[in-house]
Amino acid sequence: MNITREHLVIAAVGVVSLAAPWLFPNYLATLALLWLMVLFALTWDVNGGQMGYNSFGNIFFFGLGVYACAVVQRDSGLGYFPALFLGMGCGGLVALVAALLLGPFMLGLRGHYFAIGTLALGLAGGEIAAGWDFVGAASGMDVPIFPGSIDFRGRFYYYVLLALATITFFTLRWLYTTRFGLAINAIRDNEDKAEAMGLRTTVYKTAAWCIAAVYLGLAGGPVGNLVGIITPHDLAFAAATYGVWMVLMPMLGGRGTIWGPVIGAVIFHLTQEFFWIYLLGWQRVAMGLLIVVIVVFFPQGILGWIQERRRQKAYNAAQTATANNSAGDTS
Amino acid sequence: MDNLTLLFNVPALNVQLLVNGILVGAIFGLVAYGMALVWGVMNIINVAQGELVMLGGYIVYFLFEAGVTPIIGIPIAVVVMYGVGILLYRLVLFRVVGKDFFLSILATFGLSILIQQLTNQIFGADVQTISYGLGSWFFLDGTVSVSSIKAIAFVAVLVLGAALVVFMRRSRLGQAIRATTQNPRAARILGIDTERVYASTFALNAAICGAAGGLVAMTYIIQPYAGLIYTIRAFMIVIVAGLGNLVAVVISAFGLGIAENYAGFVLGAEYQTAFIYSLLVAILICRSLWLRRSRQYLS
Repeated sequence: MNITREHLVIAAVGVVSLAAPWLFPNYLATLALLWLMVLFALTWDVNGGQMGYNSFGNIFFFGLGVYACAVVQRDSGLGYFPALFLGMGCGGLVALVAALLLGPFMLGLRGHYFAIGTLALGLAGGEIAAGWDFVGAASGMDVPIFPGSIDFRGRFYYYVLLALATITFFTLRWLYTTRFGLAINAIRDNEDKAEAMGLRTTVYKTAAWCIAAVYLGLAGGPVGNLVGIITPHDLAFAAATYGVWMVLMPMLGGRGTIWGPVIGAVIFHLTQEFFWIYLLGWQRVAMGLLIVVIVVFFPQGILGWIQERRRQKAYNAAQTATANNSAGDTS
Repeated sequence: MDNLTLLFNVPALNVQLLVNGILVGAIFGLVAYGMALVWGVMNIINVAQGELVMLGGYIVYFLFEAGVTPIIGIPIAVVVMYGVGILLYRLVLFRVVGKDFFLSILATFGLSILIQQLTNQIFGADVQTISYGLGSWFFLDGTVSVSSIKAIAFVAVLVLGAALVVFMRRSRLGQAIRATTQNPRAARILGIDTERVYASTFALNAAICGAAGGLVAMTYIIQPYAGLIYTIRAFMIVIVAGLGNLVAVVISAFGLGIAENYAGFVLGAEYQTAFIYSLLVAILICRSLWLRRSRQYLS
């Protein structure tokens, strides 16, 4: 196998992230959430970047995962770890079923309608959870106490989220090289033509949404346990924070690429932590401002910008070459 | 479901819910009209619509606290919000007009979060309302009550709506806005400064939201985070009514108000908001299934 620059980058990132709990022991929770952000960005990009369906409601699946896991942990009567892993599995399953059922209908919408429709879906999830006594209504749910020291708890959830983000990354990286990747790209470029060519678009669209949903549902459980208290509006179905961030991060990095969402998530998460530390009280205002600034001034993202510059450079080089050639011809 | 049987046993309750629905629906209709205006002219869905409503509400509320009655406070809010609209257009929106819809939705969503957090930071997260101290009128042997402030707000919406219709029909700006909606390129060729029309349209929408916000503050509540639901309601009304059909907007606004009141009564008040969001999803799915019969889709 040829070793490319990408493999070296992956290896370096892997070593640093495995060693991170010992390198930065004081920032474990922040780093764990960083992997959550990477997962958010990657799963959003399956639909948003690769397939052209800009969902504002993928948070819905995350919320389902959070609540499914918490309910299993509360009611299953198993020990801490079996209950947690069973709960994570249930979270993924519930999210998968939801995406399977909703997909064929929701993905029939396009453009504005899909965006606002999915936004309403995420918001509806939060409101239903906030009214339903079985899941603690508006006051939310508690999670069981972790059996072990605080250090171990932090490391444990760090590695769980790291593992989930890594699995997501490699699955998607592989998927984008297969026929499936080509199919969803065709849907993004021109859905009607793709359908006319015989592509079963509904199947592919639903499958892509299901993939995103499964990983979001799996991630729900550990995040609920890491944060400690599950609230409908601020954690599980947080449309105005996580829900928007997962749209913004791939855009910041570069939509429709595998590394773009990762880069975007890292930069965004660091900025956000920076705001929390230095702008206490005003950090949410600053986040709103940041969103507007990114959208208005930097819509193509970092990788998009680099590609554009590279293309411009190649174009310029070609121009100079032709100019030289023609100059040579005439003289 | 106890409440459901109650509805059949006490018919007067239905009248009460219908009246409340129509009174509140009128305000939704006003907000939806503004959204349809911006959507039609600029092809932008303003997700910050509800936040503009809340902003208008806060202006009227603080003027009221300072001793200005809402009758003067609302016109002031309209003027201030017109300015806010111009400012938002010149700072942000002109950069996303005519671009990918995704950018405009995300940009207005960002604005919505920004305004939300700013109002939260400045005015606090408490629920505010203007307590005007007017009584209620009773009908049908006192079983149906209509608070007079809601009736006044209803009349105010009708007056504003009529004024808007006349404005759009008769004034030069209104004509320019309608021309730009029909065909921006032709309008530009015929000498209409479409850039200015866009700015005025967005400002007009903000002014409409300001008036609606004042009425919301008088009749219901205002709160920094209560804006998004108005956006969703307006969006729902617009997709049911279509762009530029005022009668349909009024009818579907009343319909939404009534449906919401019934849902709040039957399912319980804690599910009323959930009902609105779910209703939007249901409407979108039904419309797209309906269109799919003729191999069309919502886009």
